[in-house]
Amino acid sequence: MGYLGYILISAGLVFFLGTTIGLLRFPDFYTRMHAAGKGDTLSTVMILTGCICLSSTQVDGIGLLLLALKILLIINFIFIGSPTATHAMMDAGNKAGATPWRKDSK
Amino acid sequence: MNTFITAAGVALIGLMLLVLIRAIKGPTVIDRLVAINVIGTKSIVLLLFAGILFGQLEMFVDIALGYGLLNYIVSIAASRYYQHRKSLEPEHSPGGSPVS
Repeated sequence: MGYLGYILISAGLVFFLGTTIGLLRFPDFYTRMHAAGKGDTLSTVMILTGCICLSSTQVDGIGLLLLALKILLIINFIFIGSPTATHAMMDAGNKAGATPWRKDSK
Repeated sequence: MNTFITAAGVALIGLMLLVLIRAIKGPTVIDRLVAINVIGTKSIVLLLFAGILFGQLEMFVDIALGYGLLNYIVSIAASRYYQHRKSLEPEHSPGGSPVS
């Protein structure tokens, strides 16, 4: 169970590295939003699942069940809330009049 | 296990500092909003790492849950606020042309 936690946390860090590179290197607001929305949600879900697997070596019994339920509640909330926040911010950019990046624009 | 969690937390803090570069120099307000949302989401993960390191995960999970709810509300409210403003002009050049 512990090794699964190690693997999940490492994979989540790799996805967050992709998010960081995309957020720093992409040329446009919409493309940065694309990198931030997807990679951030997936890496957070994977790292929190790894935290459940690692906490099974510290806590046991009914405490572990309660802890896993609480972390699953956070995962459920992030899985619903993060794309909604991303959509709201992209809607704000669209209403403020951001034009998408094209290859021949400057 | 503590060594691995410490190393993962240090790597996470380094990547969050790289995201903070985008929050500081981002040309528009909405770029800063995206970067702050990413940093706030990763702070939940960092709180859980601190809980595992201190051996008190039951307390830190509640703090992380409250922080996640607060971060979501801040993102929604700020995006509703800035969509009516001229939020796409860079702040350092007043009267400048909008970013294309």
